Amino acid sequence: MTEIQSVQIITLTIDGKPVGASGGETILDVAKQNQVFIPTLCHLEGLIPYGACRLCLVEIKGNNKLVPACITKVAEGMEVITNNERLQRFRRWILELLFTERNHVCSVCVANGFCELQSLAEVLGMDHVRLPYLHPKFVVDATHDRFVSDNNRCILCGRCVRVCSDIEGAHTLDIMGRGIKARIVSDLDDDWGNSPTCTRCSKCVQVCPTGAIKEKGRRSVGEKFKHRDVIAHLAEMREAAREED
Amino acid sequence: MTQTITIDPITRIEGHAKITLHLNDSGTVERALFHTTQFRGFEKFCEGRPYYEMPSLMARSCGICPVAHLVAGAKACDQILAVKIPDTAGDLRRIMNFAQIIQSHALCMFYLSAPDFIFGFDANPATRNIAGLAAKNPQLARDGIRLRQFGQQTIELLGGKRIHPAWIVAGGVSEPLKPDHRDRIQVQLPEVKDIAMRALATFKPILRKYESEMETFGNFPSLFMGLVDEQGNIQHYDGKLRVVDSAGNVITQGWDPARYQELIAEAVEPWTFMKFPYYKPMGYPNGMYRVGPLARLNVIARCGTPLADAELDEFRSKYGYPASSSYHNHLARLIEVLYSIERLEQKLSDDSILDTHVRAGAAPNARDGIGVAEAPRGTIIHHYHVDQDGVVEWANMIIATGHNNLAMNRSILQVARSYVNGDKLTEGMLNRVEAVIRAYDPCLSCSTHAVGQMPLHIELYDGNSELRDTLVRDSA
Repeated sequence: MTEIQSVQIITLTIDGKPVGASGGETILDVAKQNQVFIPTLCHLEGLIPYGACRLCLVEIKGNNKLVPACITKVAEGMEVITNNERLQRFRRWILELLFTERNHVCSVCVANGFCELQSLAEVLGMDHVRLPYLHPKFVVDATHDRFVSDNNRCILCGRCVRVCSDIEGAHTLDIMGRGIKARIVSDLDDDWGNSPTCTRCSKCVQVCPTGAIKEKGRRSVGEKFKHRDVIAHLAEMREAAREED
Repeated sequence: MTQTITIDPITRIEGHAKITLHLNDSGTVERALFHTTQFRGFEKFCEGRPYYEMPSLMARSCGICPVAHLVAGAKACDQILAVKIPDTAGDLRRIMNFAQIIQSHALCMFYLSAPDFIFGFDANPATRNIAGLAAKNPQLARDGIRLRQFGQQTIELLGGKRIHPAWIVAGGVSEPLKPDHRDRIQVQLPEVKDIAMRALATFKPILRKYESEMETFGNFPSLFMGLVDEQGNIQHYDGKLRVVDSAGNVITQGWDPARYQELIAEAVEPWTFMKFPYYKPMGYPNGMYRVGPLARLNVIARCGTPLADAELDEFRSKYGYPASSSYHNHLARLIEVLYSIERLEQKLSDDSILDTHVRAGAAPNARDGIGVAEAPRGTIIHHYHVDQDGVVEWANMIIATGHNNLAMNRSILQVARSYVNGDKLTEGMLNRVEAVIRAYDPCLSCSTHAVGQMPLHIELYDGNSELRDTLVRDSA
């Protein structure tokens, strides 16, 4: 006789609309299932949620603090608000601070037109940066024969680090330093071209939301198209293979 | 008592600049200086960027002729890759460059300079502009707008957008020309050719009327430089550098643009952000040379297309060879518009233009790349030095208006001496000082254009820094 796993069914409301969910799902999962848009940057289907960018902050009635939808599990009777003036203001602020820190000049960026930071700014109406630009100068690492890492365009979402570690299993990339000096490094802060661990799989290129990691070759300004769906597919296939074992 | 007259900003030009006129005790102009008042730093902030960003990055220096910068930047990158790009890619770059010449020359002639010719240099500045032109001669204004529209639309059909398309890339172009886009450009050619012919017929007699301006708008002996092909015909994309002297003798022939540093050096003056390139064998400042439409017509043997060659013959028979007044840049521009249209007809009627192999790929193979092209305003040089991974270590750009800097300063002095008298400060006389700058169609930085009028504030100071006279023109 097959053992039937019991699934806990939870009911909650998102923006006043009653919805059902399984226990263990995040607010972001349930919102997506119900076609409710919550902006994200560090989150990517297939990668372990991280909660770094804070763009998916939502309100929960009765809770004074905002919570990130990507790592907050749903609970019975929860009343979630995903979109109001206050949240929109905070999200624009987050984007503004990202644009303030590093050099995100879209017009000459390889990811122009394919950039998640750029499209979110458009969607959320972040059309001005009111603070002085900081633009710390990072060295572009073009030593790899296939890829280029440009920390000047990085938003430290950690997608490349997670995909390299969790999906590819190489863990070549990591984040070094703190605050404004934080940057993506390969191995022990060596030139990427010298890396003995990089498998040249290019998953980091596909997941990078901006133009911080790009492929060399016939890819110039505005040509960095990404295949981001491939990571969710890989993660799903691996999970399926593991279950078969 | 010495005096200084400042014209700031200069109107109906591309960019920001001012002119100061320094008068001596007797009220005659002793010195005239053309100041570029902006520092932009492109050569500096591209350091550390990957080579493939350079064409687009450098093209951002200008909103009027970004295509020329894309061409020169991409040619420099081709050299860094050490590739021979597909022939079709070269032709597609040429087509976009011709489209840009048409739109830029139309802008200069119809929008910025024509008001002076149609209304006269002393006319009321309230109507001496494109809006006034549209009211007085709607067909002429429509023609100018249509030519510019055609150029801009052609750029868009090729590269996806009118200003700053990222289509011209290292190794070629990013997308082939679509057949229906070719057809859409081709179908407009007869109409724009008629407009170009009509513009020549209209402006030739008008330009001839201003004899005094012709005599004084940068009319002096100088060298001329431009690109020519192997037969000595005009070239805007490829070719070798040729320099002719004021008598029309070819003094530098078949010069490989990659050796530009042996031919040209740059001097610096403390009162302007623009450098002063000069012809190295003759030293500074004697090695003054001019580039641009007039210089191109002065260095070439022929244009190589029937209608433009007929115009060239007429031009030379009327104004001599080489024509020495920068005033003739205006007519030279119209001849180049016609030439560009004829060349578009040729290039687009050949089906090889639709070839889909338009890009060569390679890793960086050379440390230096030098790209040279003819922009609407003259020769531009982009030189990038990269590390072994293709990251830019330093860059040098010499832009058309820079080449003309010595000549522009000389021209202002000539005009100011002829028209400006310290005792009588009139708008018309100062307009002529601005107009001589417009003859070079200087592209000082990016695009700032005034429909109507830009505010112009002129102050006349004596030697004790006391304000003697003020002329204020409010913005419209």
